Amino acid sequence: MEILLSFLVGALMAVGVYLMLRPHLIQFLIGFLVLGNAANLLIFTAGRLGSQFPPLVQPDGAVLEPYANPLPQALILTAIVIGFGLAAFGIVLFYRAQQALGTLNAEAILEAPEPAPAPSPVDEVREEVAQ
Amino acid sequence: MSWLLVLPLLIPLTTGILCLVLPGRTAQRVLGLAGALGLLAAGLALLAQVQRQGIQAVQIGNWPAPFGITFVADHLSALMVLVTGVVAVAVALFALAENDQAREGLGYYALGHLLLFGVNGAFLTGDLFNLYVWFEVLLLSSFVLMILGGSKAQLAGGVKYFAVSLLSSILFLVAVGLLYGATGALNMADLALRVERVHPGLLTALSMLFLVAFGLKAAVFPFFFWLPASYPAPPAMISALFAGLLTKVGVYALIRVFTLLFTHDTGFTHSLILWVAGFTLLLGVLMALAQGELRRLLSFQLVSHIGYMLMGLGILTPLALAGSVFYALNHMIVIAALFLLAGLLQRMQGTTVLVRMGGLYGPYPWLAVLFLLPAFSLAGLPPFSGFWAKYTLVAAGLQAGQYGIVAVALLVGLLTLLSMGLVFAEVFWKKAPGEVRAAPGGLGGLALPVGLLAVLTLGIGLWAEPLLSLSQAAARELLEPSGYIQAVLGVSR
Repeated sequence: MEILLSFLVGALMAVGVYLMLRPHLIQFLIGFLVLGNAANLLIFTAGRLGSQFPPLVQPDGAVLEPYANPLPQALILTAIVIGFGLAAFGIVLFYRAQQALGTLNAEAILEAPEPAPAPSPVDEVREEVAQ
Repeated sequence: MSWLLVLPLLIPLTTGILCLVLPGRTAQRVLGLAGALGLLAAGLALLAQVQRQGIQAVQIGNWPAPFGITFVADHLSALMVLVTGVVAVAVALFALAENDQAREGLGYYALGHLLLFGVNGAFLTGDLFNLYVWFEVLLLSSFVLMILGGSKAQLAGGVKYFAVSLLSSILFLVAVGLLYGATGALNMADLALRVERVHPGLLTALSMLFLVAFGLKAAVFPFFFWLPASYPAPPAMISALFAGLLTKVGVYALIRVFTLLFTHDTGFTHSLILWVAGFTLLLGVLMALAQGELRRLLSFQLVSHIGYMLMGLGILTPLALAGSVFYALNHMIVIAALFLLAGLLQRMQGTTVLVRMGGLYGPYPWLAVLFLLPAFSLAGLPPFSGFWAKYTLVAAGLQAGQYGIVAVALLVGLLTLLSMGLVFAEVFWKKAPGEVRAAPGGLGGLALPVGLLAVLTLGIGLWAEPLLSLSQAAARELLEPSGYIQAVLGVSR
């Protein structure tokens, strides 16, 4: 089972990275979501898939042995919540970027925003200094 | 439990929440400054406590160490928290004088304090997954701060910053998951005990994942491209906060994991860090020399000088690590001062494009002094704090026989001086292209925080012994992790 899930994680990672490398930012965001799920599955698998019993303590104090490892689930829950927050912010950010910049193409955004040094009287000043 | 350890978290959190709830702008401004001052006081108290009683640890909710969440303060963490407080106060003072009503209305103070909350959490946590969560806390606040106000440049910079941060977060998460799979632990002290049982090759592979994840945050070669593309976009009261604090969190994380966890094969990992340091130093300063816009230039200087901090980590002797810590503390102060000053200059001249600035030396000679103090400190001239930081690193490098990196470090110091000198010539000496305008609303308030930071770097330089011995104490603790493990787990190795 672990082997199978490892391959699944690998496949998801590959898909996620491919999407993140695409020029369109929405594809990038979907790639991030896929990659995030791959990371979560990876933590799940790294915690070992053993028993399916819940890690609960009986009223008499006895523990169901062997019990499933609860820690990866807690970690994944946290990571899912954080990933959700990041994705929600990302969607709004890209929406605003589309409005302000008129494009969501990564290449176009890379080239756009440098504050272009407007033609200035500096050359005249330099000439004066030289004289 | 020691309240002092959680105060640097509770103060910014409370301030942030109150700033969100209280609608009045005046109330938020007062709270913003009060919270920063409180944080500074808490940092001082924490450092005094660590100095008196050694490494402090607190288990949240009284869950014993490897299971619950631990907060630890050794000298390194306490010093970082303290200087975070210093930067926070300076930025708060600047923001008060800047009086940017639009951004204050959008929640600048609340977001700023939540950012400080995340930064301090990252410095103080003793748990690797918890560190991931703190990174996300500070990242989310910084995302919003980056685009606060929503100008075009900010959105374009914000998109790049967001994209790179997502990538490094995922890498960090994957690295934590794999390390957990290999060791079965997440508490850093517990991990330090368990990594010995992991196959060294696997451990090296894992350490590389951490190096890339934290290297992206710290903006080291070859992952620094995003920083100069995004940091110049927001106004000075935001970019100074970023420049002073955020990359240092990445540096702190690198120092932490590469002294506590990954010391099994220093011949490979730490030599690689030295190469990374060298290229960061050289490329950063060379790119800075090619810039024609002040804030982009400062961003490249910021990148370049991250290399110094890695240099000490790569050499990994007590003196070198002390140099790294001292450099990080000094650099937080100096670069924040320079970014704030860039904001002040933009206010005066309406631009930060160097060719369009000029002529400030005549009417404002004191402003030139204000620029030269942090600029000389950045370049490492005596008697400023930057000199002692660089001197320590170079001395450590010579002792360890790492002549290559020492040569690079000295050359970069020289090039930094050249770069800062060029800025001085362009902004202050050159004849003004237009007429020199007085800043609207007076300069005193804006110059005050820059002056405080400049006096601080001069003061540390003239009286370097206390901070240097604290840095050395931090280095000793980092190189001898048994004290850290003892403080967290209550057992020795």
